[in-house]
Amino acid sequence: MSQYVLRRLLIAVPSLLAISLVLFVVLALAPGDPFSELATNPNVPPEVQAALRAKFGLDDPIHLRYLHWLNAMLHGDWGFSFVSRMDVDTLILQRLPATLYVIGSAQILALLIAIPVGVYAATKPYSLFDQIANTLAFVGFSLPTFFTGILFILIFSVTLDWLPFVYTTDIKATGIRWVLEMIRQAIMPVAVLGLFQAASMTRFVRSAMLDVIRLDYVTTARAKGLGQATVIVKHVMRNAMIPVVTLIALQMPAVFGGAIVTEQIFRIPGIGSLLISSILSNDTPVVMAVTFVFACLVVLFNLIADVLYGWLDPRISLR
Amino acid sequence: MLDKELRSMIGQVKGGRMDRRAFIKRLAAVGLTAPLANQILALGGVAMAQSPNPYPPTKRGGGGALKLLWWQGPTLLNPHFANGTKDQDGSRLFYEPLASWDAEGNLNPILAAEIPSLANGGLAADAKSVTWKIKPGVKWHDGKPLTADDFVFTWAYASDPATAAVSVSTYADMTVEKVDDLTIRILFKNPTPFWANAFVGAYGCVIPKHLFADYKGSKSREAPNNLSPVGTGPYKFVEFKPGDVVRGQLNPDYHMPNRPHFDTIEMKGGGDAVSAARAVIQTGEFDFAWNMQVEDDVLLRLEKGGKGKTVYATGGDIEFIAINFTDPNVEIDGERSSIKTKHPILSDPNVRKALALLVDRESVKKAIYGRAGRTTANYLNGPEKFVSKNTSWEFNIEKASKMLDDAGWKVGADGIREKDGKKFKLLYQTSTNGPRQKTQAIVKQACQKAGIDVELKSVVASVFFSSDVANPDTFPKFYADIEEFQIPMTQPDPALHMKRYISANVASKENKWQGQNFPRYVNKDYDDAIAAAETETDPVKRAALYIKCNDLLWQDTVFIPVMHRLKVEAAANNLRPALSGWANETDNIQDWYREA
Repeated sequence: MSQYVLRRLLIAVPSLLAISLVLFVVLALAPGDPFSELATNPNVPPEVQAALRAKFGLDDPIHLRYLHWLNAMLHGDWGFSFVSRMDVDTLILQRLPATLYVIGSAQILALLIAIPVGVYAATKPYSLFDQIANTLAFVGFSLPTFFTGILFILIFSVTLDWLPFVYTTDIKATGIRWVLEMIRQAIMPVAVLGLFQAASMTRFVRSAMLDVIRLDYVTTARAKGLGQATVIVKHVMRNAMIPVVTLIALQMPAVFGGAIVTEQIFRIPGIGSLLISSILSNDTPVVMAVTFVFACLVVLFNLIADVLYGWLDPRISLR
Repeated sequence: MLDKELRSMIGQVKGGRMDRRAFIKRLAAVGLTAPLANQILALGGVAMAQSPNPYPPTKRGGGGALKLLWWQGPTLLNPHFANGTKDQDGSRLFYEPLASWDAEGNLNPILAAEIPSLANGGLAADAKSVTWKIKPGVKWHDGKPLTADDFVFTWAYASDPATAAVSVSTYADMTVEKVDDLTIRILFKNPTPFWANAFVGAYGCVIPKHLFADYKGSKSREAPNNLSPVGTGPYKFVEFKPGDVVRGQLNPDYHMPNRPHFDTIEMKGGGDAVSAARAVIQTGEFDFAWNMQVEDDVLLRLEKGGKGKTVYATGGDIEFIAINFTDPNVEIDGERSSIKTKHPILSDPNVRKALALLVDRESVKKAIYGRAGRTTANYLNGPEKFVSKNTSWEFNIEKASKMLDDAGWKVGADGIREKDGKKFKLLYQTSTNGPRQKTQAIVKQACQKAGIDVELKSVVASVFFSSDVANPDTFPKFYADIEEFQIPMTQPDPALHMKRYISANVASKENKWQGQNFPRYVNKDYDDAIAAAETETDPVKRAALYIKCNDLLWQDTVFIPVMHRLKVEAAANNLRPALSGWANETDNIQDWYREA
């Protein structure tokens, strides 16, 4: 087992190197210029733009820039934002709490809805409950988040005036009021994201359950006289959860990566909105750091999913 | 404008026989903008009106929280590194210049004890130096006194190329010296008629020497105070998260009486313009939102029974269609649109004039800009004293068709005009942006009626406005026949705005397309007029020269002005923001208040 983990970690090194190289080259070749806003400003002479480019090393050949970046990354220096003129890691760490809170809650909400609904729907396939759950799931994942987000804003903020639609990082309150405010402002983004995730996950849980529920050992368990609840929870779910766990593990990086559209709509200062504003302002060091960290998380959680597999199902051996 | 008449009018103002407002109006009537009229008065020996914005509150603080919504949040807080206006706006909450521009383009003293004039000895008659007196008793937020040394340092800091400050050109070509602790003198290399640039407005913010002295030059980016400003402004710095939020609190030692009105200030960033408008006008979650690039009918709909309204400020921002004088389809020495070529169709002045007749500015205003635009024939639209009254525009397809017929472009069998077997086809490019694509459609429709085949192209803004040498789609490369965008006027003086189009500035491969004359317009009269204006100390003659430049651009149809754009902001119904089209939104933040 430990040998397996070690070998997987060693394989991860060249793949991460390859990913970073591809990311770097693509970003370097992409059009745009971090100082483009200066181009239409008559106050800023071209020489200053040129000096800025030289200062941030934008004129060096691409392989040198890559090696510089790699060397710095190995030393724990994530780069320096052109636009904010500050270290990228501070910038990312500032954004992380909001993302973890909102996207994390949305994932939990999705699980809390998807697992019970999916399991119950699978135990009574084609019943009224199953039909309704299926229809809602289809509606849920057919509606894009930018649409439901704006719909929620129009209903709950503009018409009913119940909830704020601009997310504030520092609420001026303490104690219980602070907690309540934090919850109140997160309701809409969490609901938008959570319901969207829950819709597709419900379908997934349902079909995973249906695959297992027809197997012979389930019939055997029932024949032994076990109750419905015990059969479903102890025998069916445990096996049906294997693919679900993989799905969840692979979605974990997204919790750190943020949700670009939802963060933009509700002005949540998360990683997603950092990524999109950095892309728009051509702030390559930030884009590079965010995407690379994201790549690392994907590799890591893939590994975790594989390890979990072995733990959930001892028949799967890891060699 | 007649020289003599003007002088007699200045005399009348001096003698108190004429009101300065009337004077400005008279000058405006002959095409001189308000800031220039005021500078004319200053040069003529009349002190500039001290024009503080109306400010009824009688005590400091008590206004609660002021919540500002910038849909692009500030990403850094050093005014001399400010990449865009969002950063200038954020920095300006804490840092201050000697003076700011008010709505009419007058100088409003902030850190200055008075505005320099000939009468008070602040201005030299040869326009080669300005002496500013600094208000006594001003303290930095950390308690240290503000002195002339800070100004001298700010100049040295910003003008050092190694600092890589964006304000470097503002402080180039001059030296700043300390006269005494509260007086500085700016010495210009050449006579500088527009003296109110250094230490005025966004790039004019002074930074504390005692905190930045160790970070001048190449170490500038390491300064810890780049992200935690210590200024002299009405609000003290509390917190900054780049791209998200800037927070400040009332400065109890602020140097202006009864100011500021608000106890705390918050500038939230992110999102988009429409939802920002909604948060201010419809739900009232925020007090003020910046730069409402939203279609007018959307704003009108939001304003119905809302909690806020839109407010407008007039500056000189111009949206235009520029005409390529060179051939974008022929490559010479690895460069298209080379100055060595002539445009096969548009080098004929009558064809350009006909094209101008096909731009229906009134429809563009009605359909797109609404209250946020004014139709104009001029490239230079402000300040008032620089605005030409000699120009006109019309929309007339028949007249355009006739002109094209006369120029030898006959309608062919397919309805497209042709001459010597060449089809009248134009490539019309602009950045990807709703209003611009709509304008393209309106222009294309009129052109089709006149037998011109127009191909539309839109380029992502981050590419179109970049200075990326390798990309063919940038506006300076101009690999199209006509292109549309906006050039903002960042100060109430046309010098920088108009200098772009001298022939020495033609964009080319040689200067890596950093030459600012992207239409590749070459006219000796224009070059001469700009050169003369740059050293002309008589403000009237100087204004006349810039008006001449504008008229040359009009006669030669270098630009087809589409819209003189106003700044649009959204404000809560009870908020009284002090805004100016000649300054950043927060440039007079000390005068903002909320009506009870």
